[in-house]
Amino acid sequence: MKEGYREVDISSNTEIAKDIFELKVQLESNDSLGDPGQFYMFRSWDFDPLLSRPFSICNIEGNVVTFLYKIVGRGTNYLSKLKPKDKLKVLGPLGNGFNLNVNGKAALISGGIGIPPMIYLAKKLSTEIYFYAGFTNEVYYMDYVQKYVNKIYITTEDGSTGQKGFITDIFRPEKYDVVFTCGPSPMMKKVVEKCENMIPVFVSMESIMACGMGACLGCSIKTKSGMKRVCKEGPVFEGREVFFDD
Amino acid sequence: MIDTKVKIAGVEFKNPVIAASGTFGFGREFLEYFPISKLGGLSTKGLTLREREGNKGVRIHETIGGIMNSIGLQNPGIDAFIVEELPFLNSQDTVIIANVSGNTIEEYVISVEKLNQTEIDMIELNISCPNVKEGGISFGTKAEIASNVVTQVRKVCQKPLIVKLSPSAENIVEMAESCVEAGADALSLVNTFPALAIDISKKKAIFDNITAGLSGPCIKPIALRMVYEVSKAVDVPVIGIGGIMDYRDVIEYIMAGAWAVQVGTANFINPNACAEIIEGIEEYLQKEGISTLEEIRGII
Ligand SMILES: Cc1cc2nc3c(=O)[nH]c(=O)nc-3n(C[C@H](O)[C@H](O)[C@H](O)COP(=O)(O)OP(=O)(O)OC[C@H]3O[C@@H](n4cnc5c(N)ncnc54)[C@H](O)[C@@H]3O)c2cc1C
Ligand SMILES: Cc1cc2nc3c(=O)[nH]c(=O)nc-3n(C[C@H](O)[C@H](O)[C@H](O)COP(=O)(O)O)c2cc1C
Ligand code: FES
Repeated sequence: MKEGYREVDISSNTEIAKDIFELKVQLESNDSLGDPGQFYMFRSWDFDPLLSRPFSICNIEGNVVTFLYKIVGRGTNYLSKLKPKDKLKVLGPLGNGFNLNVNGKAALISGGIGIPPMIYLAKKLSTEIYFYAGFTNEVYYMDYVQKYVNKIYITTEDGSTGQKGFITDIFRPEKYDVVFTCGPSPMMKKVVEKCENMIPVFVSMESIMACGMGACLGCSIKTKSGMKRVCKEGPVFEGREVFFDD
Repeated sequence: MIDTKVKIAGVEFKNPVIAASGTFGFGREFLEYFPISKLGGLSTKGLTLREREGNKGVRIHETIGGIMNSIGLQNPGIDAFIVEELPFLNSQDTVIIANVSGNTIEEYVISVEKLNQTEIDMIELNISCPNVKEGGISFGTKAEIASNVVTQVRKVCQKPLIVKLSPSAENIVEMAESCVEAGADALSLVNTFPALAIDISKKKAIFDNITAGLSGPCIKPIALRMVYEVSKAVDVPVIGIGGIMDYRDVIEYIMAGAWAVQVGTANFINPNACAEIIEGIEEYLQKEGISTLEEIRGII
């Protein structure tokens, strides 16, 4: 039987770039705390906001799970106010996660706050890794990623670090055997298009979630093999299976 | 000895807590969190004659104290349900209620005929889904139209029949009375409230269908009032639905006249919500020295 929401202690909650926070929590579990691509539902409030919020695993070290989040609205605003020792309720790990059983050269492509699952994936894959990270302006976590990858490519929209522009502008698919991506939907669509039918691409999809565990069908998306729940059959899908426009 | 059993239309529920349609899938996901045989009953995701993909665009939107949904009855269709989901549900020791929707009266009738052949315990007729263009809520606003659907279904239905009412009924008491007259063995109320949310930056409605169904704590006082009024007016059991988040809400519904309740949105907030509510009811009764729900039912 899985545990439901458990109340955990916050170890740290630090702003590492403008509106981007790194949150570490201490989790006890007899089972795995999670794999790359899996996520947790969070709530640090009672019924207001009503729903929990999903966040991807960015790293796990011992019992400490790290998340990165960006302040976009009410929930993430509340989260940003939490201090060490404050309580957080979490449900997870949830979702399917990435297939780690790949060979050859892997390209990991993240855009914006799509980066957390790519970071943990970089750590867990045992193959040659080329990390492509697109940021709006401030660059973060690249020192950490450095240890696990063969090369890093960075773009910023304002050109302050790396190349100016979007990460999809500099991504060269022909060099790779497998591609993983997480970020805004138009970016992932572009990645899949660039890979055409040549290279397997795995995308981590986002959808607004109510339950996070497969009950509400709120997160369902249309795929080539029917409707799929992002929280249960996903968030990771084979890139050519999903329709990015729907 | 505390006894929370209730009997509705000849069917015995071990406690008054039923997982609400559309919020509990077909039970499998929740079985990972608690033994769903603890439930009094389970109402399935809304079933239609044919498979449905559901609605496009945003499907869930949060508001203060509630959520709006526009799932659009995504479901595998009655036949696939019978083959793929029902054997599992029947293996769980709880009352299984098939929640049925249709575009036309004929679809309701055929669906119910198919379910007659199965071991489903009860049928819940959803004449109140706000998220489908045809059928759904259009059957649930005018008493004469609802009464016609119920009459036609009653002719073929060999199972105990619950009719689920919409809060958009022009007159909820009149609606309830005409459904009972047409053959409903019990009533459940309410479904979600048709509601609107607008994205002011895009200058568009949030949902592709413009409106969507509102549920959660913000609807409770209105739903509770409707349950109160209906349970005074009819002599069949009433199942209260709307905004139940914990055992206290259930006790309120029972005091307002409900025989049982359905828990919806709360399942999304906490997969163990129903299990915790069931325990909470028992503790409350114990603490208050009440031995059966009948002692407090309809005391308001
Ligand atoms: C599987 C999954 C993993 C995620 N992982 C991360 C992560 O690691 N780090 C991170 O910062 N964010 C992540 N997100 C997005 C994150 O869940 C949302 O940013 C968050 O729920 C917004 O909550 P809020 O209360 O601050 O915003 P709200 O006040 O609810 O909404 C503000 C705006 O944020 C957007 N929004 C709301 N919910 C979502 C959502 N579920 N997905 C995308 N946009 C949304 C909408 O445009 C909305 O208008 C993930 C989402 C999913 C589905
Ligand atoms: C996501 C979602 C899906 C629903 N789907 C159905 C459905 O298929 N059939 C139905 O009769 N009611 C459906 N409902 C309505 C619920 O069963 C219930 O009547 C309503 O949510 C009010 O209860 P609550 O406030 O406890 O959620 C749905 C509600 C939600 C939130
Ligand atoms: S969020 Fe509820 S089914 Fe995915």
